[in-house]
Amino acid sequence: MGTQLQPVQGRDLLRPIRLFALFFRIGALNELQYRANLAVQLLESGISLATGLAVLGLVFGQTTNLGGWSEAELLAVMGVHILMGGVIRTAIQPNMERLMTDVRQGTLDFVLTKPEDSQVLISVREFRIWQAVDIVVGAIVLAIAIGQLEGAIGLGAALLFGATLILGAVMIYCFWLLLTTAAFWIVRMDEIHELFDGVYQSGRWPVTIYPGWLRISLTYLVPIAFAVTVPAEALTSRLTVETLVLAAAFTVALLLVTRWFWRFGLRNYSGASS
Amino acid sequence: MTTSATPQVESGPLASIRGWILLYAIEMRIAILSQIQYRVSNYFYMIGMVAEPVIYLVVWSTVARQQGGEVGGFTPGAFAAYYIVWTLVRNMNIALTPWAWEERVRGGELGAMLLHPVHPIHTDLAGLAGWKAVVILLWLPIAAFLSLIFQPTFSVDALDVVVFLVAIWGAYVLRSMFLWLLGLVTFWTTRVAPVFNIFFTAELLLSGRLVPMSLMPDWAQRLADYLPFQWTFSFPIEALIGRLPPEQLLGGLAMQVLWIAIGATLVGLSWRLAVRRFGAVGG
Repeated sequence: MGTQLQPVQGRDLLRPIRLFALFFRIGALNELQYRANLAVQLLESGISLATGLAVLGLVFGQTTNLGGWSEAELLAVMGVHILMGGVIRTAIQPNMERLMTDVRQGTLDFVLTKPEDSQVLISVREFRIWQAVDIVVGAIVLAIAIGQLEGAIGLGAALLFGATLILGAVMIYCFWLLLTTAAFWIVRMDEIHELFDGVYQSGRWPVTIYPGWLRISLTYLVPIAFAVTVPAEALTSRLTVETLVLAAAFTVALLLVTRWFWRFGLRNYSGASS
Repeated sequence: MTTSATPQVESGPLASIRGWILLYAIEMRIAILSQIQYRVSNYFYMIGMVAEPVIYLVVWSTVARQQGGEVGGFTPGAFAAYYIVWTLVRNMNIALTPWAWEERVRGGELGAMLLHPVHPIHTDLAGLAGWKAVVILLWLPIAAFLSLIFQPTFSVDALDVVVFLVAIWGAYVLRSMFLWLLGLVTFWTTRVAPVFNIFFTAELLLSGRLVPMSLMPDWAQRLADYLPFQWTFSFPIEALIGRLPPEQLLGGLAMQVLWIAIGATLVGLSWRLAVRRFGAVGG
């Protein structure tokens, strides 16, 4: 089967966004049928928030700062971490898991035969809206942390925070898609989200506390530093221009590599029916 | 999956013991042969698993260094020893996840399990024990790497090692009992997630998985004394890194035996109730 199907696309730049909105609506309608899951999710987020606060309490019971970060600043890091975790589990991870299943079962063929850009399609098909509870919880934690921080957050810092957060989310998306595309070669990847969840926990602390080799891996190998620490740096007036430029450049580079790797993977994919 | 490990029809106590050994040996071999095929997958799991203690280790060594080299009786080297041994203990005490029961009940796997002539917990215990053999093989290079980087400090004597080797299996059986018990909740409710999450959070905080128990507040340590958790994480770890005097080493093993007995009794009782309930639902 030919997988080189180039979709008829024209120059409609809004098309991916419209697709996104459409699938988001379907996903939301689907999940709204299971409202009790909201209660389950609330409880789950509550437990994990309580655990996080307990750990912070334990650490700051022994010390007044951790690698130069105060308790309020670490609370801000935790807020960003929870919020980004919510974004990942609402929009990124579900799509990637579905892609993995599709590759394994051969149902990816149904996506490839649609007259849309395949990368866009596989990235917007699944949303778990109840997971967005974590986005809200993260925002609340963040707001409390900001209230405790010394000095008000200016408009500039807020804008920088928003920008770095979006860059971070895009990088995590690219990272996930790069890994998932490997499913074209390595079929059984069930443990991959365990791997990601495990590594993602490192973002609960500013990456500056990790030893050099680990810090570099958590920056360029798994872009957790960009996704969590850098936005938190923007809020605590630690962000330098160099870091910001680096984050933007790295995002563009990752997007290009991911695009190329996705197409390369597709060329290697022979479909289930052939 | 069908495994025909039915003991040969012989008589006498010796034959029955031989039957049990055969059952465990066969289940373990199947698990080893099937898991060895999924090396990549198993390595992904390993790296994800190792991330957790490395994070704790970095955080607490940073705290120790900032407090003049020691916190709660732990130096950075002692933390390194604690969390590196942690990785092995964690691999050893992994038991059947209670989530598996959802699939077993819904997917009908349970029907087949009920037909086995032995209690199904044996199949689970033996199968995961085989998987551990594969995991330990994959763990060795990771442990060497972590030791090279974090420079753990040990002071181990022979008794420590012997107790540790027994205690990691004790931890496995003990944790298996309680996770099995937890899994059986599935027979009574379909909303198991909250129950499981509360259990695992309590375990995380009160077992020594998150931090050595000596860093927990006093009330938490006293609470932990009434729960089985610390005998599956903290005890085996502290046994090997040489923090326990001989009477505590042997006392710990005794506590493991006690909790395994309690767990096994509860499993026996609940399993009977659960099966009766399953029969009622399945008609």
